[in-house]
Amino acid sequence: MRYAETGFDLEIDLTRGSIDKVATEPDLAELYLGGQGSAAKLIFERVPPDVDAFSPDNLLIFSTGLLHGTPAPAANRTAVNTISPQTNLMSHSLFGGFFGPELKYAGYDKIVIRGKATDLVYLYINNDHVEIRDATHLRGKGSTETGDLIKKELNDQKVQVAAIGLAGENRVYMASIEHNHASAARGVGVIMGDKRLKAIAVRGTKDINVAKPAELFELSQELHQKIGGSDGNGDWMAVDEDDSFHHNHFAWGNARTRIKNYWSPELQERWTNWKYDHMDRQTGCYNCPKKCRNVIKWPGRERFAYKCYGKDTYHMAAFLELDFSYEILGLAQEYGLDSYSTPQVIAFALELLEAGILTDKDFPEMPADSRGRFFYLLEKIVRREGIGDILANSVSQAAIQIGNGAEKFDHNTTKKFEQLPIKLGKVNPAYFLMIATGEKMSITQIEGSFPQDPLPTREQREEFVAKWDAVPDEKFKNYFLNWEKRNDITDEATCDIVDWNEAMHYIDDSTGLCGFVSSFRGQFGGGVAYHMNNIPQVIALATGVAMDKDKLWKAFQRIRTLVRAVNVRRGLRRKDERPPEDHWAVRDEEAEQELLSKYYAFKGWNSEGIPTRQTLERLDLGYVADDLEQRGILVVGADGEVGALGTGVAGGQAAGKAMGVAP
Amino acid sequence: MKAGQNPKTKTIQEIKVDIDKCTGCRACEMACSAYHAQPRYSSINPARSRIRVISDELNDEYVPIRAGDYTPAECTGRHIYTINGKEYSECSFCGASCPSRDFFIEPDSGLPLKCDMCESVPALAEPMCVKVCMTDALTYVEREVVREEIPQQKRGQIEVSLEALINQYGLEAVIDSLKQMPQAKNH
Repeated sequence: MRYAETGFDLEIDLTRGSIDKVATEPDLAELYLGGQGSAAKLIFERVPPDVDAFSPDNLLIFSTGLLHGTPAPAANRTAVNTISPQTNLMSHSLFGGFFGPELKYAGYDKIVIRGKATDLVYLYINNDHVEIRDATHLRGKGSTETGDLIKKELNDQKVQVAAIGLAGENRVYMASIEHNHASAARGVGVIMGDKRLKAIAVRGTKDINVAKPAELFELSQELHQKIGGSDGNGDWMAVDEDDSFHHNHFAWGNARTRIKNYWSPELQERWTNWKYDHMDRQTGCYNCPKKCRNVIKWPGRERFAYKCYGKDTYHMAAFLELDFSYEILGLAQEYGLDSYSTPQVIAFALELLEAGILTDKDFPEMPADSRGRFFYLLEKIVRREGIGDILANSVSQAAIQIGNGAEKFDHNTTKKFEQLPIKLGKVNPAYFLMIATGEKMSITQIEGSFPQDPLPTREQREEFVAKWDAVPDEKFKNYFLNWEKRNDITDEATCDIVDWNEAMHYIDDSTGLCGFVSSFRGQFGGGVAYHMNNIPQVIALATGVAMDKDKLWKAFQRIRTLVRAVNVRRGLRRKDERPPEDHWAVRDEEAEQELLSKYYAFKGWNSEGIPTRQTLERLDLGYVADDLEQRGILVVGADGEVGALGTGVAGGQAAGKAMGVAP
Repeated sequence: MKAGQNPKTKTIQEIKVDIDKCTGCRACEMACSAYHAQPRYSSINPARSRIRVISDELNDEYVPIRAGDYTPAECTGRHIYTINGKEYSECSFCGASCPSRDFFIEPDSGLPLKCDMCESVPALAEPMCVKVCMTDALTYVEREVVREEIPQQKRGQIEVSLEALINQYGLEAVIDSLKQMPQAKNH
């Protein structure tokens, strides 16, 4: 018997209309855990670098996490992976809610989708009954509305639906996949739309078995109480009305303007009233006692929910207040748009208009006020009308298409992906490395275990480390105790810190755990429920696989290196690993490049950021080394060094493809 | 007076549901299905749970309902409740295991499931669903109820008829008559 996993993937070919239930190798869980980990392996093996994002051969993979469906609390985030048309790299997306656990109860660990339907379809999974159904009657329907209509059509309220809105249907690069007020961001809705897949509806009534039932249940109950009963877990922004941090420190507009003393008590009172006058309730995800999502019903608008910084992005891009975000978020959710990247695209367009690179002719009949302009451009983008057809391809791609100096206004992307609008003074070395080398595209998906800033006094730091259960090694306590200035920390410590931060996210995204009880929350001190010291035990009790900290750390390295290999094969090189040039005001190119070189060496990658054969073999990825050698990306016998072919052919081709525009 | 001290009353425990506090997390379903698995905790499957959360995010509806009695009949479901401006179907508050939906029906056998308040030896302090509900949408409360008086025994038809005969002929005559009737036709 397989424990924690079901042992089956659902393979769907939308071109042929075929549905296959495929047994998976039992040892995959030990090596790649699940979720994003095993998805990366499928993408490496089945999506070679010459496959374009819009090719029918591109895969769209919905993965449950290894711990989904077990009693382990807050294991509910579904991973979505594909190749992105925006970056030509592997897209990595996650969404909370109920979808992953339901898929497990239906008897599958993954849904692997290839091909393209001729017109809109939806996939209906009810245990062993799987159907590709017509969805043309759902064309243009909102994402939540689609879920509601499918539930009624199937006469089953317990079906869990993930759907795209109009943005995904129209292959907008910023399109999200929406499920139960949760959103899969970072460029996966576009591929779902390209495959003409409007929605997936899942219902499952099968058992999930675990290896050590009583022990796991008891441990899960302890964790459940800890999560529910402590402020060290969950999204504090759901209840903390003081959001001065983002508003005083993050940049407004097109990641351009800081307003250092924006926040005030009067404003906080006004915004708090807006929230509580319109909030129905707070909701949570499957088997998690936290309530991170605020459900808002704004007059005349769709009911929606938000969490974390998602409530700030629209009004900060538009130089408006919270009421504007509340007004537009319901609509954006129904259209299925990423609330991190979309406002930046709109603010970028308005900057180009101001600079005269775009003109009034590009915006016929656009209102004069910021509020009206954002609604106007939102409509243009989701319908790909006029200038919206270009803007729908993201900031980087639109800048290239518009030309005429527009590229200079694309100042906040890395690897062609919109970054958080943060513009600071001095470099925090760990943040330099994370933004430069991260392949999850958003810093929120990389940071989180080690604090962002030092604490002012030694006493405070000592107090902090005294209750720091999450550290995988005592050295991190020393790093923190001796850290006084943000930009002053050794390269050695920086490499370790970035590695630990990354490790937690890679493990969460493979086990299905939520960052708010694990990878993202450790930085704020004691009390985070899951960490490197207890996750191995949870995995062992759930799966029956012998697991310890070292083995789990190695699994992280394996998955992380495999993701790098997927992207290296598609052309990713050192030159791409640059945070936005204006992310910090004070830069030291030489020191940064030296740090980057040290980090590559630390990771076992060569000077171009390509994993060496030695590293790959140590991580049981010999097949990856063979592939990279066959393609001339690694040179046989030149371990650790890049040969003449190393940065050549494959990189050039892939980079060329990434410049392509939407069909 | 403390609960249970009044001989005319008794204390019962019940699960109180506050639907305004429900976050829809379904931890109650998970815990219920694990607790009732055989052997205990051996499998997780919300479809086997004796509590289900009816949820509808469009309508902002989150209602935990507990498995009640089995009924073979389909429900006409003709009631719609409006509470605080939101519409709820009759189904949202009904705990019946019925053919109209697949709640509270054992997925393998098709047999009905019914909440047993996690009855066990030794008894749990509170049912599992209440234990895992950290938002207090489900709470375990005690309530004092008046004991039902033992009702006076109702007299049957025979007793009433015999009393009338005794009143008319006297007890002895009736007994004698009965003794002389062994051949009376047995019903």
